Amino acid sequence: MRAVEAIMECLRAEDVEVIFGLPGGANLPTYDAIYDSGIRHILVRHEAGGGHAAEGYAKATGKVGVALATSGPGATNLVTPIADAMMDSVPTVFITGQVRTDLLGTDGFQEADITGITMPIVKHSVMIRDARDIPSAIHEAFHVARTGRPGPVLVDVPQDLSRADIDYEPVGDIDLPGYQPTTSGNAKQIRLAAKALANAQRPVLYVGGGTVSAEASAELRELAFSDKFPVTCTLMGLGAFPAPHEQWLGMLGMHGTRAANWAMDEADLIVAIGARFDDRITGKLDEFAPAAKFIHIDIDPAEISKNVAAHIPIVGDAKDILPRLTREYQSLNPNRQRLDDWWVKIRKWQQEYPLRYEDSTDSEIKPQFMVQELMRVTEGNAIVSSDVGQHQMWTAQYYDFPEPRRWINSGGAGTMGFGLPAAMGAQVGCPEELVVCLAGDGSLQMNIQELATCSDNDIPVKIFLMNNGYLGMVRQWQELFWDRRYSAVDTGEHPDWVKLADAYGAKGMRVTDKSELGDAFKEAIETEGPVLVDVHVTREENTFPMIPAGQAARDMVG
Amino acid sequence: MGEPGTKEVFRLEDLEATGGRLMGRKHVLSILVENEPGVLARISGLFARRGYNINTLAVGPTDDNKISRITMTIDGAEHPIDQVTKQLHKLVHVLKIRDLEPGESVRRELALFKVEADAHVRQEIAQLTEIFKGRVVDVARRSITVEITGDDEKIEGFEQLVRPFGLIEMVRTGEIAVQRGRSET
Ligand SMILES: Cc1ncc(C[n+]2csc(CCOP(=O)(O)OP(=O)(O)O)c2C)c(N)n1
Ligand SMILES: [Mg+2]
Repeated sequence: MRAVEAIMECLRAEDVEVIFGLPGGANLPTYDAIYDSGIRHILVRHEAGGGHAAEGYAKATGKVGVALATSGPGATNLVTPIADAMMDSVPTVFITGQVRTDLLGTDGFQEADITGITMPIVKHSVMIRDARDIPSAIHEAFHVARTGRPGPVLVDVPQDLSRADIDYEPVGDIDLPGYQPTTSGNAKQIRLAAKALANAQRPVLYVGGGTVSAEASAELRELAFSDKFPVTCTLMGLGAFPAPHEQWLGMLGMHGTRAANWAMDEADLIVAIGARFDDRITGKLDEFAPAAKFIHIDIDPAEISKNVAAHIPIVGDAKDILPRLTREYQSLNPNRQRLDDWWVKIRKWQQEYPLRYEDSTDSEIKPQFMVQELMRVTEGNAIVSSDVGQHQMWTAQYYDFPEPRRWINSGGAGTMGFGLPAAMGAQVGCPEELVVCLAGDGSLQMNIQELATCSDNDIPVKIFLMNNGYLGMVRQWQELFWDRRYSAVDTGEHPDWVKLADAYGAKGMRVTDKSELGDAFKEAIETEGPVLVDVHVTREENTFPMIPAGQAARDMVG
Repeated sequence: MGEPGTKEVFRLEDLEATGGRLMGRKHVLSILVENEPGVLARISGLFARRGYNINTLAVGPTDDNKISRITMTIDGAEHPIDQVTKQLHKLVHVLKIRDLEPGESVRRELALFKVEADAHVRQEIAQLTEIFKGRVVDVARRSITVEITGDDEKIEGFEQLVRPFGLIEMVRTGEIAVQRGRSET
């Protein structure tokens, strides 16, 4: 059979139900095979939209997201989603067309060395050199993307090889001797960690996106409930622990709660679970959690002691390690009262410094209020994607996620324009769910073309646009740290979002009055098909609290 | 690859941090890789990205034609190496990495020295070469070329000696190394 048909066989064998992509010369053979493959293909309007849609699909479902692009500019348009998927460990497979093998290296039409360009931002990549290798390369790509610490894998297929005739046999075992992720945690280390926990007076569980990737949310809860351990999540971990909850401290980090950041600051033992001590978490590294010892659970050995030296490293899958840790801990019969003083302290922080803002007394819509209204109307039951900026942080602060995989955002890379295509992908993966994109007016423009994809494919995402007329997060920094010299942050008067929605075949709405907001949200949610609600919010509101970049948790402002 | 083990203790205060930065010595990394295009670029990219300088690099086949060996030396005084080696391990085509202790490995490098030499000094250089157990491989009217093998100290020692004669060119292969004793590198 033709190699491209073998690719389709492989995709079916991998249970791929949907592909996002856009064709061109170099992947014409692939598109010819897609034509009657029975696999759903969604034509995006820009490859970056396709890449982020694959990410949104993967983040919402836990399955591998797949995106296709042609060679040259098609492939380079995938660079941002690939980098994004690498930073947030999103299981994704990108299949690009490449020029014919006889044109490689000649600056042939639409040639780009995409494996070279993406080398530092992929988990793995391969350029096919022999058509017979295609089936194993595809299966290896899925295997590497989804196992261990997940991530993006690129398969670059020269056009002539994709047309070649090959003998296709279903691929059996994957043979990658250099790729053997450690999944099972070391028993001795786990026992020691349990002992440390039993000896801790001021412990904190610091939970990252790895816990979500590991599908270890239930196991995390068991550990947390085996005593009264305080829990905080990173931006990427939100939902791994149910919010609200009496043991929930809120998100930590630059825009986290004081309770979470100060608990880290005073903790004597921090258990990091699938978290990587990013600078947005630690602030000034030298002054991060000065009193703490660290248990670090991660499937990626390279994360251990990368930024913060671990005292008890445990390499492996959190889903394997956490239940064993819980059992070991319980078998020690620790004294439960020992955490009482710690909780008194934490409760005091929580009471003195809850998340707060000054609400308007007139019709003005405060951005935080907008998120709270969304929370109220959806009863916390939506899958929520966001773009990048202030609106993202307010959503993370004010929307409570009861379950993992319901908060879809770009954390490590902070990619503006992520929200809409990611929501589209999430909706395709979860057709029964309400999928909402809480967008920023700067960010939404970056991939607005995918609204056409949503309309044409009956993908009913609801976009709630937090329109402050600014690249708000940058404006905030200019206000706070650059003497209010607002340089290139005003997003102007355009577009007319309601007209734009209309032009894209979606319903457009506008809300400028606080009293109408809740009803407008309800109406949007009840409307069939995609909707864009342009919500005019306070222009110059700041996201607080905040640890200014490079400072310590104690120095939180706002 | 697992994690470093932690010493058993019972009090939190006694826990010691693991994975301190390996600094302060020269590192000879012996890396077995699958013979795939782009492997070298991936490896060198991990160093380049961190601004690390690779001092020497030697790539060659092994007894298995699907597997190549890369030997590279890095100045550990300047760069903590543990993070990079962990990242190297994550490359799918990297099979094995060994950070060879200088005392426990045999290291060799081949260097060619082309030195200005008329009839007067030719003999003197040839003698030096002999002391270093090297060989004269080319003699021209006003130059002489010799080969020296050894570890970097020996080669640098020879370089010091011939430099005053006028060193026209020096070409070095970069070190290769094996573990001492019976165990595989
Ligand atoms: C692709 C990209 N370019 C630039 C930035 C830098 N940046 C971070 S937040 C931000 C402002 C985003 O504006 P908007 O989407 O309106 O969100 P707001 O902060 O106003 O809520 C910018 C420009 C980025 N994160 N991503
Ligand atoms: Mg804005």
